[in-house]
Amino acid sequence: MTWFRTGRVALGLAAASVVLAGCAGTAGASDRSPEGSTGHTETQTETLTVFAAASLTETFTELADRFEAANPGVTVALSFAGSADLVTQIREGAPADVFAAADLATMAKLSRDRLVDGDPTVFATNTLMIAVPADNPADIASFADLAAPGVDVVVCAPAVPCGAARLALEAAAGVRLAPVSEENAVTDVLGKVTSGQADAGLVYVTDVAAAGDAVLGIPVAEAEQAPNEYPIAVVAGSEHARLGASFARFVTGATGQGVLGAAGFGAR
Amino acid sequence: MTLGVPRWTLAVAAVGALFIVLPIVGMTLRVEWSQFGALVTSEASVAALLLSLRTAAMSTVLCLLFGVPMALALARSRFPGQRLVRAVVLLPLVLPPVVGGIALLSTFGRRGLLGETFEVLGIQIAFSTTAVVLAQTFVALPFLVLSVEATLRASGARFEAVAATLGATPGTVLRRVTLPLVLPGLISGAVLAFARALGEFGATLTFAGSLQGVTRTLPLEIYLQRETDADAAVALALVLVAVALIVMVATHRPRGLS
Amino acid sequence: MTFEFAAVLRRRALDVSFTVRPGETVALLGSNGAGKSTIVEVSAGLLRPDSGRATLDGQVLFDLAADAAGRGRPDVFLPPHARRTVLLAQEPLLFPHLSVRDNVAFGPRSAGQSRAASRLLADEWLAAAEVSELADRRPGMLSGGQAQRVAVARALAASPRLLLLDEPMTALDVAAVPAQRQLLHRVLLDRSVILVTHDPLDALALADRVIVLGDGRIVEEGPTRAVFAHPQTDFTRALTFGLDLSAGPPAPISSV
Repeated sequence: MTWFRTGRVALGLAAASVVLAGCAGTAGASDRSPEGSTGHTETQTETLTVFAAASLTETFTELADRFEAANPGVTVALSFAGSADLVTQIREGAPADVFAAADLATMAKLSRDRLVDGDPTVFATNTLMIAVPADNPADIASFADLAAPGVDVVVCAPAVPCGAARLALEAAAGVRLAPVSEENAVTDVLGKVTSGQADAGLVYVTDVAAAGDAVLGIPVAEAEQAPNEYPIAVVAGSEHARLGASFARFVTGATGQGVLGAAGFGAR
Repeated sequence: MTLGVPRWTLAVAAVGALFIVLPIVGMTLRVEWSQFGALVTSEASVAALLLSLRTAAMSTVLCLLFGVPMALALARSRFPGQRLVRAVVLLPLVLPPVVGGIALLSTFGRRGLLGETFEVLGIQIAFSTTAVVLAQTFVALPFLVLSVEATLRASGARFEAVAATLGATPGTVLRRVTLPLVLPGLISGAVLAFARALGEFGATLTFAGSLQGVTRTLPLEIYLQRETDADAAVALALVLVAVALIVMVATHRPRGLS
Repeated sequence: MTFEFAAVLRRRALDVSFTVRPGETVALLGSNGAGKSTIVEVSAGLLRPDSGRATLDGQVLFDLAADAAGRGRPDVFLPPHARRTVLLAQEPLLFPHLSVRDNVAFGPRSAGQSRAASRLLADEWLAAAEVSELADRRPGMLSGGQAQRVAVARALAASPRLLLLDEPMTALDVAAVPAQRQLLHRVLLDRSVILVTHDPLDALALADRVIVLGDGRIVEEGPTRAVFAHPQTDFTRALTFGLDLSAGPPAPISSV
């Protein structure tokens, strides 16, 4: 009998601890200690967590290396995903210090709820471009060709930044596309083009540049009318706010702009 | 009430059950009930749910058509390399679904092993509902095979031997003895397969793409809604849980019907 | 229905040869592992011997040679369903998903008869086995003795040319054995039967001849009473220890 009672007590404790743990971990980042008060010096090791949109993978990796080189003792931890995914994670309390989004609308979801410090700064622009497999099996030459019957074109879903840009581009060019798939991230669109599943995809100019010989890029004239502006901001409640701000300045400064420009991003 | 197990095992079992139940409860508590009706009856949601039910049903039928003979071959016959064949057939159980999607792409994709031939013949599988059914069947088939094979092994071949000596041809034995006896395992296997097909995500996303009404099943719709409307995502997630629960509860037969 | 049997099965150390004359019941006796069940399985077609030959009423059931090449005629092995050798095992093995009547009708149905005709035949044999009142029940609702009687009816309804009984009383509880023995005595008359048993009483009550097996070979053979009255081997001697064979063969029971 005592075993059974012990079991029940154990069960009650387990359930209680689970519930308490649930209450303890609140969603907002606002419970964190205020920034800067711990007074880290440059010589101590500090890890900066940067969340960046998937289209910034190559550029931010290089920028992180350069930042680490310029700031001994600092490690930059990078996390790349679709901007909207990252917003969700930050909302749920993910430990991000800096956030770089692929468009203003996505960043606005955080700044609206005061989850970022101050006003975000635009550090680059990106425009859409058509990407086709290297051998261009569907003979695409212009944006209008994408709407031709029998062409398998893959785009981003309207809910994500590159999808919003696509809708704007369609409006500017006066062409309605009938895609075979709407992906959650531009990297998935590019993947379907490079693997030959799609005849064409709408991706960023930077993606085409990074993909090299695997894809052929076809510029779209009206794309200039629908650019995505990339903002960067320090996440509210970050424990490394000063370092984060320093990184943001690095990105908007000469070095950052140089790296971004070389990858194909437009000026801010 | 006579207890067949030591009481502490029940306590541990309860903790384990809580581990599964609590997250579901937690999610249910997040639902915005005032908007629930509007969220789950939106055009996109309804399209996703109907597509999921349709494709999962078709996949289950395919699993039955192919899985039962496979189980028979594994449990009732003997051939060289049988253990290896069995291990390979059960691979989708342990493979990450995305890997399954990549495997399907390399076979049925436009540049795939068979895909190129299909392209020439004018059949396109990529980005179609067929691709969704293929992906779901790929991941759900092992569940059915395992369930039926286990039942076959348990019942043994004794009844089938008796039937044969009574003059029943192998076809008659299969129809009148083997299959009726394997029915409980068949049903539970089909239910598992259906539930697995319903929840399939990784292989579908990689292989079939995502387009409303064509390939965007309910899990994919939830994935998309997460980006913009967390409330919609949670509401749809609850719908998926409810459908799965209904299917499993409705088809569960308590043992004891010998 | 003469049954001629000769088979060698090395992995069970079996090497036997015998004949069952039409209408004769032969009892197979022997210690465990002597090969009794093996002979039954080979006769039914559930086991393939290394070599041997068996014919039933002139039809070849199997004809195999260890070295097929030098023989000049091809190997023959009839599958169980083509042999009309019906097996009645220790467990009744009634199909749990069919009613008693449909169980008994299984043989005729498999032979191509209509459902109605099969059921009629089933009812006749259920009456012969004195279990007509169980016709609509499910096997799960029968006692061991009842199930075994239904199994006998099912075996006979399949019109066997050779009946193979593998220890039909072993799984029954003691109270049910005499009734089953009486039933078998009645229905086995004029049939070719091989009866595997441990119990000398079964042999005495049901068998015309006995074959005693030892280590996979026949060690004694002959009419039942003669073999039991003058056992040649230790095994048979031990088996019939204390049996008084001075009374005549059991008289057929007319009722009860």
